Amino acid sequence: MTSILPLELADVSFEAGGKRLIKDFSCRLDAGPRTIVLGPNGAGKSLLLRLCHGLIRPTAGHIRWQGVDPGVKQGMVFQRPVMLRRSVAANVDYGLKLRGVPILRRRAVVDDMLGRTGLRRLADRPARVLSFGEQQKLALARVWALKPEVLFLDEPTASLDPAATHAVEELIDAMHREGTRIVMTTHDLGQAKRIADEVMFIHRGRLLEWAPADRFFARPDNDLAQAFVRGELLWWRLGKDRRAISKPS
Amino acid sequence: MIEFSEAFLAAFALIVGLDPALAEIVLLSLQVSLGAVAIAAAIGMPVGAAVALFRFPGRVALLVLLNALMGLPPVVVGLFVYLMLSRAGPFGVFGLLFTPTAMIIAQVSLVTPIIAALTRQVIEDLWVEYEEQLRSLGAGPARAVPSLLWDGRFSLLTAVLAGFGRASAEVGAVIIVGGNIDHVTRVMTTAIALETSKGDLALALGLGVILMTLALGVNAAAYLTKEWAQRRYG
Repeated sequence: MTSILPLELADVSFEAGGKRLIKDFSCRLDAGPRTIVLGPNGAGKSLLLRLCHGLIRPTAGHIRWQGVDPGVKQGMVFQRPVMLRRSVAANVDYGLKLRGVPILRRRAVVDDMLGRTGLRRLADRPARVLSFGEQQKLALARVWALKPEVLFLDEPTASLDPAATHAVEELIDAMHREGTRIVMTTHDLGQAKRIADEVMFIHRGRLLEWAPADRFFARPDNDLAQAFVRGELLWWRLGKDRRAISKPS
Repeated sequence: MIEFSEAFLAAFALIVGLDPALAEIVLLSLQVSLGAVAIAAAIGMPVGAAVALFRFPGRVALLVLLNALMGLPPVVVGLFVYLMLSRAGPFGVFGLLFTPTAMIIAQVSLVTPIIAALTRQVIEDLWVEYEEQLRSLGAGPARAVPSLLWDGRFSLLTAVLAGFGRASAEVGAVIIVGGNIDHVTRVMTTAIALETSKGDLALALGLGVILMTLALGVNAAAYLTKEWAQRRYG
Protein backbone atom coordinates (compact mmCIF):
# COMPACT_ATOMS: atom_id res chain seq x y z
CA MET A 1 0.00 0.00 0.00
CA THR A 2 1.55 3.24 -1.12
CA SER A 3 0.79 6.37 0.83
CA ILE A 4 -1.25 9.20 -0.65
CA LEU A 5 0.67 11.65 1.52
CA PRO A 6 2.20 14.16 1.44
CA LEU A 7 -0.60 16.37 0.21
CA GLU A 8 0.69 19.47 -1.50
CA LEU A 9 -1.20 22.68 -2.13
CA ALA A 10 0.53 25.15 -4.43
CA ASP A 11 -0.89 28.68 -4.71
CA VAL A 12 -4.42 27.38 -4.44
CA SER A 13 -7.17 29.94 -4.88
CA PHE A 14 -10.89 29.49 -4.94
CA GLU A 15 -13.24 32.08 -6.32
CA ALA A 16 -17.02 32.15 -6.23
CA GLY A 17 -19.38 34.92 -7.20
CA GLY A 18 -16.49 37.22 -8.03
CA LYS A 19 -15.01 36.86 -4.54
CA ARG A 20 -11.74 35.17 -3.76
CA LEU A 21 -12.54 33.00 -0.77
CA ILE A 22 -9.24 31.09 -0.62
CA LYS A 23 -6.18 33.12 -1.52
CA ASP A 24 -2.83 31.74 -2.72
CA PHE A 25 -2.83 28.89 -0.26
CA SER A 26 0.33 26.81 -0.16
CA CYS A 27 1.17 24.07 2.28
CA ARG A 28 2.37 20.49 2.50
CA LEU A 29 0.78 17.95 4.80
CA ASP A 30 2.91 14.95 5.75
CA ALA A 31 1.89 11.87 7.65
CA GLY A 32 1.70 12.14 11.41
CA PRO A 33 0.43 15.11 13.36
CA ARG A 34 -3.14 16.15 13.96
CA THR A 35 -3.69 19.44 12.18
CA ILE A 36 -6.29 21.82 13.47
CA VAL A 37 -7.43 24.48 11.02
CA LEU A 38 -8.38 27.38 13.22
CA GLY A 39 -10.10 30.60 12.38
CA PRO A 40 -13.33 32.54 12.74
CA ASN A 41 -16.54 31.79 10.86
CA GLY A 42 -16.22 32.58 7.19
CA ALA A 43 -12.44 32.33 7.19
CA GLY A 44 -12.54 29.64 4.52
CA LYS A 45 -11.87 26.61 6.74
CA SER A 46 -14.63 24.46 5.26
CA LEU A 47 -13.71 25.47 1.73
CA LEU A 48 -10.11 24.50 2.36
CA LEU A 49 -11.17 21.02 3.50
CA ARG A 50 -13.51 20.59 0.54
CA LEU A 51 -10.74 21.63 -1.85
CA CYS A 52 -8.32 19.14 -0.30
CA HIS A 53 -10.93 16.38 -0.32
CA GLY A 54 -11.72 17.04 -3.98
CA LEU A 55 -15.36 18.07 -3.52
CA ILE A 56 -14.63 21.36 -5.24
CA ARG A 57 -11.91 22.34 -7.67
CA PRO A 58 -9.54 25.24 -7.13
CA THR A 59 -9.94 28.09 -9.60
CA ALA A 60 -6.17 28.53 -9.57
CA GLY A 61 -3.19 26.59 -8.30
CA HIS A 62 -2.68 22.87 -7.77
CA ILE A 63 -3.63 20.25 -5.21
CA ARG A 64 -1.46 17.19 -5.46
CA TRP A 65 -1.87 13.84 -3.75
CA GLN A 66 0.60 10.99 -4.15
CA GLY A 67 -0.07 7.52 -5.51
CA VAL A 68 -2.96 6.19 -7.55
CA ASP A 69 -6.63 6.77 -6.78
CA PRO A 70 -6.14 8.96 -3.69
CA GLY A 71 -9.91 9.49 -3.50
CA VAL A 72 -10.62 6.12 -1.90
CA LYS A 73 -8.00 6.57 0.82
CA GLN A 74 -9.48 9.70 2.33
CA GLY A 75 -12.70 10.46 4.11
CA MET A 76 -14.61 13.42 5.39
CA VAL A 77 -16.96 14.06 8.28
CA PHE A 78 -19.29 17.00 7.84
CA GLN A 79 -20.71 19.38 10.40
CA ARG A 80 -24.15 17.95 9.67
CA PRO A 81 -23.67 14.48 8.25
CA VAL A 82 -26.27 13.17 5.84
CA MET A 83 -27.69 9.88 7.01
CA LEU A 84 -29.19 7.56 4.44
CA ARG A 85 -32.80 6.57 5.04
CA ARG A 86 -31.92 3.10 6.23
CA SER A 87 -30.69 1.45 9.39
CA VAL A 88 -27.61 2.46 11.36
CA ALA A 89 -25.83 -0.74 10.31
CA ALA A 90 -26.81 -0.23 6.66
CA ASN A 91 -25.30 3.26 6.76
CA VAL A 92 -21.93 1.84 7.80
CA ASP A 93 -22.32 -0.94 5.26
CA TYR A 94 -23.01 1.50 2.41
CA GLY A 95 -19.49 2.89 2.06
CA LEU A 96 -17.98 -0.59 2.24
CA LYS A 97 -20.33 -1.78 -0.48
CA LEU A 98 -19.23 1.12 -2.69
CA ARG A 99 -15.65 -0.06 -2.20
CA GLY A 100 -16.62 -3.54 -3.36
CA VAL A 101 -15.90 -5.25 -0.03
CA PRO A 102 -17.43 -8.78 0.00
CA ILE A 103 -20.51 -9.21 2.16
CA LEU A 104 -19.09 -11.49 4.87
CA ARG A 105 -16.18 -9.16 5.44
CA ARG A 106 -18.58 -6.22 5.47
CA ARG A 107 -20.68 -7.76 8.21
CA ALA A 108 -17.64 -8.20 10.42
CA VAL A 109 -16.40 -4.65 9.83
CA VAL A 110 -19.83 -3.12 10.43
CA ASP A 111 -20.22 -4.97 13.70
CA ASP A 112 -16.72 -4.00 14.77
CA MET A 113 -17.30 -0.32 13.98
CA LEU A 114 -20.65 -0.19 15.73
CA GLY A 115 -19.01 -1.78 18.75
CA ARG A 116 -16.17 0.71 18.82
CA THR A 117 -18.48 3.70 18.47
CA GLY A 118 -20.96 2.40 21.04
CA LEU A 119 -23.78 2.16 18.52
CA ARG A 120 -24.25 -1.60 18.47
CA ARG A 121 -27.52 -1.50 20.38
CA LEU A 122 -28.86 0.96 17.79
CA ALA A 123 -27.77 -1.14 14.80
CA ASP A 124 -31.27 -1.78 13.48
CA ARG A 125 -32.68 1.69 14.18
CA PRO A 126 -33.34 4.04 11.27
CA ALA A 127 -30.31 6.33 11.18
CA ARG A 128 -32.30 9.52 10.77
CA VAL A 129 -34.10 9.25 14.08
CA LEU A 130 -30.85 9.21 16.08
CA SER A 131 -29.82 12.26 18.09
CA PHE A 132 -27.26 14.64 16.53
CA GLY A 133 -24.55 13.22 18.76
CA GLU A 134 -25.36 9.65 17.79
CA GLN A 135 -25.54 10.63 14.13
CA GLN A 136 -22.08 12.16 14.31
CA LYS A 137 -20.75 9.00 15.94
CA LEU A 138 -22.37 7.04 13.15
CA ALA A 139 -20.75 9.34 10.59
CA LEU A 140 -17.39 8.51 12.18
CA ALA A 141 -18.18 4.78 12.23
CA ARG A 142 -19.14 4.97 8.57
CA VAL A 143 -15.91 6.66 7.54
CA TRP A 144 -13.73 4.66 9.95
CA ALA A 145 -14.96 1.44 8.36
CA LEU A 146 -13.26 2.58 5.14
CA LYS A 147 -9.91 2.87 6.98
CA PRO A 148 -8.98 6.21 5.44
CA GLU A 149 -5.37 7.29 5.45
CA VAL A 150 -6.45 10.90 5.75
CA LEU A 151 -9.62 12.12 7.46
CA PHE A 152 -11.00 15.64 7.09
CA LEU A 153 -13.42 16.78 9.77
CA ASP A 154 -15.39 19.97 9.27
CA GLU A 155 -16.47 21.30 12.67
CA PRO A 156 -17.73 17.85 13.62
CA THR A 157 -18.89 18.93 17.07
CA ALA A 158 -20.26 22.38 16.26
CA SER A 159 -23.85 21.49 17.10
CA LEU A 160 -23.17 18.98 19.89
CA ASP A 161 -23.37 19.21 23.67
CA PRO A 162 -20.22 18.66 25.80
CA ALA A 163 -20.87 14.95 26.41
CA ALA A 164 -21.36 14.19 22.73
CA THR A 165 -18.39 16.41 21.87
CA HIS A 166 -16.24 14.41 24.27
CA ALA A 167 -17.37 11.12 22.70
CA VAL A 168 -16.63 12.38 19.20
CA GLU A 169 -13.19 13.69 20.25
CA GLU A 170 -12.35 10.29 21.74
CA LEU A 171 -13.23 8.58 18.48
CA ILE A 172 -11.08 11.03 16.54
CA ASP A 173 -8.25 10.29 18.94
CA ALA A 174 -8.72 6.54 18.46
CA MET A 175 -8.56 6.92 14.69
CA HIS A 176 -5.43 9.02 15.04
CA ARG A 177 -3.80 6.33 17.16
CA GLU A 178 -4.59 3.80 14.45
CA GLY A 179 -2.66 5.91 11.98
CA THR A 180 -5.27 8.06 10.27
CA ARG A 181 -4.01 11.53 9.44
CA ILE A 182 -6.44 14.00 11.06
CA VAL A 183 -7.17 17.40 9.52
CA MET A 184 -9.94 19.15 11.37
CA THR A 185 -11.48 22.60 11.43
CA THR A 186 -12.88 24.30 14.48
CA HIS A 187 -13.47 27.77 15.80
CA ASP A 188 -13.44 26.44 19.35
CA LEU A 189 -10.17 27.36 21.02
CA GLY A 190 -10.55 24.81 23.80
CA GLN A 191 -11.10 22.00 21.36
CA ALA A 192 -8.15 23.12 19.29
CA LYS A 193 -5.94 22.96 22.39
CA ARG A 194 -7.21 19.49 23.27
CA ILE A 195 -6.63 17.97 19.85
CA ALA A 196 -4.00 19.89 17.89
CA ASP A 197 -0.44 18.80 17.27
CA GLU A 198 -0.12 21.68 14.86
CA VAL A 199 -2.33 24.63 14.01
CA MET A 200 -3.10 26.37 10.76
CA PHE A 201 -4.58 29.78 11.48
CA ILE A 202 -6.72 31.08 8.66
CA HIS A 203 -8.33 34.44 8.20
CA ARG A 204 -10.21 35.69 5.15
CA GLY A 205 -8.99 32.81 3.00
CA ARG A 206 -5.31 33.28 3.83
CA LEU A 207 -2.96 31.10 5.83
CA LEU A 208 -1.65 33.57 8.40
CA GLU A 209 0.24 31.19 10.66
CA TRP A 210 1.17 27.53 10.68
CA ALA A 211 2.95 26.32 13.78
CA PRO A 212 3.27 23.45 16.27
CA ALA A 213 0.41 23.64 18.73
CA ASP A 214 2.39 24.42 21.87
CA ARG A 215 4.17 27.31 20.19
CA PHE A 216 1.01 28.60 18.54
CA PHE A 217 -0.93 28.72 21.78
CA ALA A 218 1.97 30.09 23.84
CA ARG A 219 3.09 32.90 21.54
CA PRO A 220 1.69 33.13 18.04
CA ASP A 221 3.63 35.33 15.66
CA ASN A 222 0.68 36.82 13.83
CA ASP A 223 -1.08 39.67 15.60
CA LEU A 224 -4.55 38.46 14.59
CA ALA A 225 -3.67 34.99 15.88
CA GLN A 226 -2.46 36.54 19.13
CA ALA A 227 -5.78 38.26 19.64
CA PHE A 228 -7.66 35.11 18.70
CA VAL A 229 -5.68 33.00 21.17
CA ARG A 230 -6.21 35.57 23.91
CA GLY A 231 -9.89 35.02 23.30
CA GLU A 232 -10.64 38.60 22.46
CA LEU A 233 -14.14 38.62 21.12
CA LEU A 234 -13.56 41.60 18.86
CA TRP A 235 -10.08 40.53 17.84
CA TRP A 236 -11.02 40.94 14.17
CA ARG A 237 -11.36 44.69 14.74
CA LEU A 238 -7.60 44.78 14.50
CA GLY A 239 -7.79 44.15 10.80
CA LYS A 240 -10.80 46.34 10.27
CA ASP A 241 -9.48 49.39 12.08
CA ARG A 242 -6.22 49.19 10.27
CA ARG A 243 -8.04 49.22 6.98
CA ALA A 244 -10.33 51.97 8.11
CA ILE A 245 -7.30 54.16 8.78
CA SER A 246 -5.78 53.57 5.38
CA LYS A 247 -9.07 54.19 3.62
CA PRO A 248 -10.06 57.79 2.94
CA SER A 249 -13.57 58.34 4.32
CA MET B 1 -84.80 13.18 -10.12
CA ILE B 2 -86.51 9.88 -9.46
CA GLU B 3 -84.58 8.37 -12.34
CA PHE B 4 -81.30 9.48 -10.72
CA SER B 5 -82.10 8.06 -7.31
CA GLU B 6 -83.18 4.82 -8.92
CA ALA B 7 -79.94 4.73 -10.82
CA PHE B 8 -77.98 5.26 -7.60
CA LEU B 9 -79.86 2.50 -5.85
CA ALA B 10 -79.30 0.15 -8.77
CA ALA B 11 -75.62 1.09 -8.79
CA PHE B 12 -75.19 0.23 -5.11
CA ALA B 13 -77.07 -3.00 -5.64
CA LEU B 14 -74.57 -3.91 -8.35
CA ILE B 15 -71.61 -3.08 -6.12
CA VAL B 16 -72.90 -4.76 -2.98
CA GLY B 17 -74.08 -7.78 -4.96
CA LEU B 18 -70.64 -8.09 -6.59
CA ASP B 19 -72.25 -8.15 -10.02
CA PRO B 20 -70.04 -10.40 -12.22
CA ALA B 21 -70.14 -8.06 -15.24
CA LEU B 22 -69.09 -5.17 -13.03
CA ALA B 23 -66.40 -7.20 -11.26
CA GLU B 24 -64.94 -8.32 -14.58
CA ILE B 25 -64.63 -4.74 -15.77
CA VAL B 26 -63.08 -3.56 -12.50
CA LEU B 27 -60.54 -6.38 -12.46
CA LEU B 28 -59.47 -5.77 -16.04
CA SER B 29 -59.12 -2.04 -15.31
CA LEU B 30 -56.87 -2.73 -12.35
CA GLN B 31 -54.87 -5.26 -14.32
CA VAL B 32 -54.26 -2.82 -17.17
CA SER B 33 -53.55 0.29 -15.09
CA LEU B 34 -51.44 -1.38 -12.39
CA GLY B 35 -49.48 -3.25 -15.05
CA ALA B 36 -48.90 -0.05 -16.98
CA VAL B 37 -47.83 1.87 -13.87
CA ALA B 38 -45.42 -0.88 -12.80
CA ILE B 39 -43.75 -0.87 -16.21
CA ALA B 40 -43.77 2.93 -16.40
CA ALA B 41 -42.17 3.17 -12.94
CA ALA B 42 -39.48 0.66 -13.91
CA ILE B 43 -38.62 2.83 -16.92
CA GLY B 44 -39.46 6.32 -15.68
CA MET B 45 -37.70 6.29 -12.31
CA PRO B 46 -34.19 5.44 -13.50
CA VAL B 47 -34.61 7.80 -16.45
CA GLY B 48 -35.81 10.63 -14.19
CA ALA B 49 -33.00 10.03 -11.71
CA ALA B 50 -30.40 9.91 -14.47
CA VAL B 51 -31.64 13.19 -15.93
CA ALA B 52 -31.42 14.69 -12.45
CA LEU B 53 -27.84 13.59 -11.76
CA PHE B 54 -26.03 13.54 -15.08
CA ARG B 55 -24.97 16.53 -17.12
CA PHE B 56 -24.93 15.83 -20.84
CA PRO B 57 -25.53 17.73 -24.08
CA GLY B 58 -29.22 18.09 -24.83
CA ARG B 59 -30.19 17.69 -21.17
CA VAL B 60 -32.25 20.86 -21.11
CA ALA B 61 -34.09 19.84 -24.27
CA LEU B 62 -34.85 16.48 -22.68
CA LEU B 63 -36.12 18.22 -19.53
CA VAL B 64 -38.48 20.39 -21.53
CA LEU B 65 -39.63 17.39 -23.54
CA LEU B 66 -40.28 15.34 -20.40
CA ASN B 67 -42.32 18.11 -18.84
CA ALA B 68 -44.24 18.65 -22.07
CA LEU B 69 -44.97 14.94 -22.38
CA MET B 70 -46.61 15.01 -18.94
CA GLY B 71 -49.52 16.74 -20.60
CA LEU B 72 -49.82 14.38 -23.56
CA PRO B 73 -53.46 14.15 -24.73
CA PRO B 74 -54.52 10.50 -24.27
CA VAL B 75 -56.36 10.39 -27.60
CA VAL B 76 -53.20 11.39 -29.44
CA VAL B 77 -51.23 8.68 -27.65
CA GLY B 78 -54.03 6.27 -28.49
CA LEU B 79 -53.91 7.25 -32.13
CA PHE B 80 -50.14 6.89 -32.26
CA VAL B 81 -50.13 3.47 -30.60
CA TYR B 82 -53.03 2.47 -32.88
CA LEU B 83 -50.96 3.37 -35.95
CA MET B 84 -47.99 1.42 -34.60
CA LEU B 85 -49.99 -1.70 -33.79
CA SER B 86 -52.51 -1.74 -36.65
CA ARG B 87 -52.11 -4.40 -39.33
CA ALA B 88 -50.35 -1.96 -41.66
CA GLY B 89 -48.16 -0.53 -38.87
CA PRO B 90 -44.58 -1.56 -38.00
CA PHE B 91 -45.71 -3.80 -35.13
CA GLY B 92 -48.83 -5.07 -36.87
CA VAL B 93 -47.47 -8.62 -37.14
CA PHE B 94 -47.85 -9.12 -33.40
CA GLY B 95 -51.61 -8.74 -33.66
CA LEU B 96 -51.80 -6.72 -30.46
CA LEU B 97 -54.44 -4.19 -31.45
CA PHE B 98 -57.68 -4.48 -29.44
CA THR B 99 -56.04 -6.53 -26.68
CA PRO B 100 -55.30 -5.57 -23.05
CA THR B 101 -51.61 -5.58 -24.00
CA ALA B 102 -52.24 -2.75 -26.46
CA MET B 103 -53.99 -0.82 -23.67
CA ILE B 104 -51.04 -1.34 -21.36
CA ILE B 105 -48.65 -0.12 -24.07
CA ALA B 106 -50.72 3.02 -24.56
CA GLN B 107 -50.90 3.73 -20.83
CA VAL B 108 -47.18 3.10 -20.37
CA SER B 109 -46.56 5.78 -23.03
CA LEU B 110 -48.84 8.15 -21.15
CA VAL B 111 -47.57 7.50 -17.65
CA THR B 112 -43.80 7.08 -18.12
CA PRO B 113 -43.15 10.80 -18.78
CA ILE B 114 -45.18 11.72 -15.70
CA ILE B 115 -43.24 9.40 -13.42
CA ALA B 116 -39.92 10.38 -15.01
CA ALA B 117 -40.55 14.12 -14.65
CA LEU B 118 -41.74 13.87 -11.04
CA THR B 119 -38.86 11.53 -10.16
CA ARG B 120 -36.38 13.99 -11.61
CA GLN B 121 -37.70 16.69 -9.31
CA VAL B 122 -37.55 14.49 -6.20
CA ILE B 123 -34.07 13.16 -6.97
CA GLU B 124 -32.69 16.58 -7.86
CA ASP B 125 -33.84 17.93 -4.49
CA LEU B 126 -32.31 14.95 -2.68
CA TRP B 127 -29.04 15.36 -4.57
CA VAL B 128 -28.66 18.88 -3.22
CA GLU B 129 -28.70 17.40 0.27
CA TYR B 130 -26.72 14.22 -0.45
CA GLU B 131 -24.17 15.17 -3.10
CA GLU B 132 -21.14 16.00 -0.97
CA GLN B 133 -21.73 13.13 1.43
CA LEU B 134 -22.18 10.54 -1.31
CA ARG B 135 -19.25 11.78 -3.34
CA SER B 136 -17.12 11.76 -0.21
CA LEU B 137 -18.06 8.14 0.44
CA GLY B 138 -17.11 7.33 -3.14
CA ALA B 139 -20.43 7.32 -5.00
CA GLY B 140 -20.47 9.20 -8.29
CA PRO B 141 -23.77 9.91 -10.09
CA ALA B 142 -24.00 6.35 -11.48
CA ARG B 143 -23.84 4.79 -8.02
CA ALA B 144 -26.00 7.53 -6.57
CA VAL B 145 -28.97 6.75 -8.84
CA PRO B 146 -30.04 3.55 -7.05
CA SER B 147 -29.10 4.99 -3.64
CA LEU B 148 -31.23 8.08 -4.11
CA LEU B 149 -34.14 6.16 -5.62
CA TRP B 150 -34.13 4.01 -2.51
CA ASP B 151 -33.74 6.94 -0.11
CA GLY B 152 -36.47 8.86 -1.89
CA ARG B 153 -38.80 5.87 -1.98
CA PHE B 154 -41.54 7.47 0.08
CA SER B 155 -41.51 10.74 -1.86
CA LEU B 156 -41.50 8.77 -5.09
CA LEU B 157 -44.73 7.14 -4.01
CA THR B 158 -46.38 10.40 -5.01
CA ALA B 159 -44.93 10.12 -8.51
CA VAL B 160 -46.26 6.58 -8.88
CA LEU B 161 -49.60 7.71 -7.52
CA ALA B 162 -49.85 10.51 -10.05
CA GLY B 163 -49.11 7.94 -12.73
CA PHE B 164 -51.78 5.60 -11.43
CA GLY B 165 -54.28 8.44 -11.29
CA ARG B 166 -53.58 9.27 -14.88
CA ALA B 167 -53.75 5.65 -16.04
CA SER B 168 -56.93 4.68 -14.23
CA ALA B 169 -58.81 7.83 -15.20
CA GLU B 170 -58.01 8.19 -18.88
CA VAL B 171 -60.42 6.95 -21.51
CA GLY B 172 -59.10 8.37 -24.77
CA ALA B 173 -56.14 6.05 -25.30
CA VAL B 174 -57.64 2.77 -24.11
CA ILE B 175 -60.83 3.20 -26.15
CA ILE B 176 -58.84 3.71 -29.37
CA VAL B 177 -56.38 0.83 -28.96
CA GLY B 178 -58.65 -1.45 -26.92
CA GLY B 179 -61.87 -0.88 -28.75
CA ASN B 180 -64.07 -1.31 -25.65
CA ILE B 181 -64.86 -4.93 -26.54
CA ASP B 182 -67.13 -6.60 -24.00
CA HIS B 183 -65.32 -9.26 -21.89
CA VAL B 184 -62.03 -8.47 -23.65
CA THR B 185 -60.99 -4.86 -23.44
CA ARG B 186 -63.82 -3.13 -21.59
CA VAL B 187 -62.49 -1.17 -18.62
CA MET B 188 -64.20 1.18 -16.18
CA THR B 189 -63.73 4.41 -18.08
CA THR B 190 -64.71 3.04 -21.48
CA ALA B 191 -67.70 1.23 -19.94
CA ILE B 192 -68.86 4.44 -18.26
CA ALA B 193 -68.63 6.29 -21.57
CA LEU B 194 -70.56 3.58 -23.38
CA GLU B 195 -73.23 2.94 -20.75
CA THR B 196 -73.90 6.64 -20.34
CA SER B 197 -74.44 7.11 -24.06
CA LYS B 198 -76.69 4.03 -24.04
CA GLY B 199 -78.63 5.43 -21.11
CA ASP B 200 -77.79 2.57 -18.69
CA LEU B 201 -77.01 4.95 -15.86
CA ALA B 202 -76.95 2.30 -13.12
CA LEU B 203 -73.88 0.46 -14.41
CA ALA B 204 -72.18 3.73 -15.34
CA LEU B 205 -72.80 5.18 -11.90
CA GLY B 206 -71.74 1.97 -10.16
CA LEU B 207 -68.46 2.02 -12.03
CA GLY B 208 -68.10 5.72 -11.36
CA VAL B 209 -68.51 5.17 -7.62
CA ILE B 210 -65.93 2.39 -7.65
CA LEU B 211 -63.47 4.51 -9.65
CA MET B 212 -63.83 7.37 -7.18
CA THR B 213 -63.51 5.08 -4.17
CA LEU B 214 -60.42 3.51 -5.67
CA ALA B 215 -58.80 6.89 -6.26
CA LEU B 216 -59.62 8.00 -2.73
CA GLY B 217 -58.46 4.73 -1.19
CA VAL B 218 -55.16 4.66 -3.06
CA ASN B 219 -54.43 8.27 -2.17
CA ALA B 220 -55.31 7.77 1.48
CA ALA B 221 -53.10 4.69 1.66
CA ALA B 222 -50.22 6.56 0.08
CA TYR B 223 -50.63 9.49 2.44
CA LEU B 224 -50.70 7.26 5.49
CA THR B 225 -47.67 5.33 4.28
CA LYS B 226 -45.74 8.57 3.85
CA GLU B 227 -46.74 9.83 7.27
CA TRP B 228 -45.79 6.56 8.89
CA ALA B 229 -42.48 6.49 7.05
CA GLN B 230 -41.72 10.04 8.10
CA ARG B 231 -42.15 9.11 11.74
CA ARG B 232 -40.37 5.79 11.41
CA TYR B 233 -37.42 6.77 9.23
CA GLY B 234 -37.14 10.53 9.68
